[in-house]
Amino acid sequence: MSAEELLLRAENAWHPVASESDLVHRHVFHGQLLGQELALWRADDEHINVWENRCLHRGVRLSIAVNDGRELKCQYHGWRYANRTAACTYIPAHPADAPARTIRNGTYPVRTSGGMVWTAVGQPTGEPPALGQGLVLRPVPVRARPADVITLLLEQPPALPDAQPPTAKRRGDLVVELESVGFLVVQPMDSDRAVIRGVLSSQGPAGERLRILRHFDAALTRLRDTAQDRAADEAAPAPLLPRYEPVPKHLASLPESSGHHDLPTRVRVVRTWSAGAGVRGLELGPVDDRPLPTGQAGAHLDVALPGGLVRQYSLVNGPGETHHYVIGVKLTPGSAGGSAAVHERVREGDVLAVSLPRNGFPLRRDRTRTLLIAGGIGITPLLAMAQTLEHQRLSYALHYFAAGEADVAFRERLAALGSVRTVTGLDPAATEAELERLLGAAGEDSQVYFCGPPPMLDVARDVAGRTGWPRDSVHFEYFRNDRTLDHSSRFEVVLARSVLNLTVEPGRSILETVRAAGVGVPSSCEQGACGTCRVAVIDGRPDHQDVYLDDEERAAGDSVMTCVSRSLTPRLTLDL
Amino acid sequence: MAPKSLNQPCEDKVLLDLWHPLGAVEAMPRNRVRHDRLLGVPLTLGRSPEGRPAVWRRPPDGPQPTVWPAEGPTGPTLPVIEQYGCLWTSLGTPRPIFPIPEAEERDRRLLHAGSVMLHTSAPRAVENFLDMGHFPFVHTAVLGDEPHTEVKDYTVEVSVADQEILATDCVFYQPQAALGAQGGADVDYVYRVPHPHCSVLYKSSPGYEGRLDAIALFVQALDQERIRAHMWLCLLDDDQPDWALRRFQMSIFGQDKPILENQLPRRLPLDPRAETPIRADKSAVAYRRWLGQLGVRYGVIAGAA
Repeated sequence: MSAEELLLRAENAWHPVASESDLVHRHVFHGQLLGQELALWRADDEHINVWENRCLHRGVRLSIAVNDGRELKCQYHGWRYANRTAACTYIPAHPADAPARTIRNGTYPVRTSGGMVWTAVGQPTGEPPALGQGLVLRPVPVRARPADVITLLLEQPPALPDAQPPTAKRRGDLVVELESVGFLVVQPMDSDRAVIRGVLSSQGPAGERLRILRHFDAALTRLRDTAQDRAADEAAPAPLLPRYEPVPKHLASLPESSGHHDLPTRVRVVRTWSAGAGVRGLELGPVDDRPLPTGQAGAHLDVALPGGLVRQYSLVNGPGETHHYVIGVKLTPGSAGGSAAVHERVREGDVLAVSLPRNGFPLRRDRTRTLLIAGGIGITPLLAMAQTLEHQRLSYALHYFAAGEADVAFRERLAALGSVRTVTGLDPAATEAELERLLGAAGEDSQVYFCGPPPMLDVARDVAGRTGWPRDSVHFEYFRNDRTLDHSSRFEVVLARSVLNLTVEPGRSILETVRAAGVGVPSSCEQGACGTCRVAVIDGRPDHQDVYLDDEERAAGDSVMTCVSRSLTPRLTLDL
Repeated sequence: MAPKSLNQPCEDKVLLDLWHPLGAVEAMPRNRVRHDRLLGVPLTLGRSPEGRPAVWRRPPDGPQPTVWPAEGPTGPTLPVIEQYGCLWTSLGTPRPIFPIPEAEERDRRLLHAGSVMLHTSAPRAVENFLDMGHFPFVHTAVLGDEPHTEVKDYTVEVSVADQEILATDCVFYQPQAALGAQGGADVDYVYRVPHPHCSVLYKSSPGYEGRLDAIALFVQALDQERIRAHMWLCLLDDDQPDWALRRFQMSIFGQDKPILENQLPRRLPLDPRAETPIRADKSAVAYRRWLGQLGVRYGVIAGAA
């Protein structure tokens, strides 16, 4: 087999490219295989990454990147690439964009065997040879063709100290077994460069290891000199050219700005902590000296998350707590990924883009008594309210329904309140009974605020109706809309102020249609839960599909949530 | 393309017909010559005992004197001009050099701030000069600082009439925008690329409301992947001594150098799919496209077309 054929076959084979001990804590190791540069690094979870040695943005070597234990941060523009996937998690130049696009750096497969890290630039078949955990030799780089190095190793196999040369057997294109001594492997760096790596079958007695290592180091160095002397007599082959794979087509053009969400504020993640079972607390501070826009109790923020999602989270802040925002995010399995992004990808020190605080759930302070009833993570806005009421010495009671004791979130904040009761472990029937008891006992001039999962809120709405609560004393905040939405109708919207007639096609929302015509409407959750995109209706009957409006507001028909609701009449005239 | 072609002389007429910088005139002693390269062509350049600069092609294997030849230049001389602190020459038939009107303003300090060798291509260096996104990471605590990393939207035009790229409305937060600056500020920038290997940036000048300092990068492409970058200042600042201004610019360039020399491939890829542009890279995208339209092949990896 010619040297060229050997290199061609080597494309689809496993090769060692580093000793495991090269990948020390927070280091990035520069390797090379068949002309391709590699960046190797070990994450704090011990996962070993072998990546193309090039940031996809501007081609800077990742072997000079910062290994922060979970990600590599490119030195040039601070782009971050995640352990394992090499997916780009953050582009500092566009903090609001939260890399929506699937930017991923090139990765190579990884194995370990014989104290060495193995990889392949092509499609390897099978697995690398299983070599024991013996004594790993110091690698010796050689400026010669890999095929010639193998020939030399077979010709002049190095022996153990004071021993006869062992029988050398070829165990693959670039692997030599030294019988009862160990294995030597030639790493083909390039057409005329190789590294001799090796592992001895036995660790040997502790006191002898250094002597043995030195012995092999000297033996391999002599072999290197021989190989290079021989190579000097022939013309060096042309080096292999590195392959730079093109990035996917959709990444080659400039992306649009991150949609219509208005996210003017930059916040830095100051602290994260486990605020309760499955709940991650986030403290978001300002990035400069300017104070953060202040939200009131009940307000939420739109937060741009890694992965391109924008999600709404209620502020937990108490009154006067204006130097940061505090939110709590419950990990929801099976969600579209917003909560997973917060739990897995947002880290202390990250900068996030957020909206101004919006309040679709304002707290009235003109009642003699306020009931706050939270279910699960619905505690967050009610906690902000409870702190406000407590601070103003207004009468209130916070009832916090949680699945179990471990699920109770923000315990320190709860402990600082005077009137909190946690209710745990109730099934739906018991929850309904408890709600009836709480609402039935409410006195004159009371109000109640609910926030929790949609099934609980639907029950609470029934109970409040049954127990005779006046409508303007009952307030709900849904954190999602569980209703099945029907987008199938086609109708016309007339924008009275803009003098525009538009057709809303099936599958498109009023909001999308209106925006496409250049008319701006603020929005936030875009699922009919937050109330941000509410627009006044001048004529026509809305087909309400939101959970924000209450029954009377729906019946009045004078406003519509443009993100999900549609029209029952062929034409809907809006005050836009 | 095989690596040996990296040493081949440039064949792009568009580049050959331009003026190219060779360094500060004041750095060329009288009665001496030195050996240099431009676009892969070996050159001898020097100043006569009377101070007259001259540049001529040097046979690669010929003698390498260091003293001005008694009989004068040993071959036909190339055209030269002295402009913007540099000696410029051309291997073809040059048009007038691009204008920098600020150089004519009487209250400005004109200063050659230094020349730096870099193992990269001329277009990579120009693109780096246009780039604001790297300030917080490469010029930390000087031209940028985390977490002020956002590159706000700016405007890029390719002016056909003037044959240059213009990026305007650029704003970036800088903790110490210039040597004379105290504390952080949003700094306004304008970038011009009037030549495939040259760029001029204009930035707010501390203490001169409404007027802009001009800083130019003139790149001498020694070959496709080796350059000498010449920095020229045209400032309103009158207080700082020359050595301090030079030291500031050299420290900035010293920060760029290791990054630029670790950029792969070294030649600038013009294929849009070679790398991943973001909105902040608008000017770089325009620059790459412009190079392609001009038909530049030297120092770049041609696009898929």
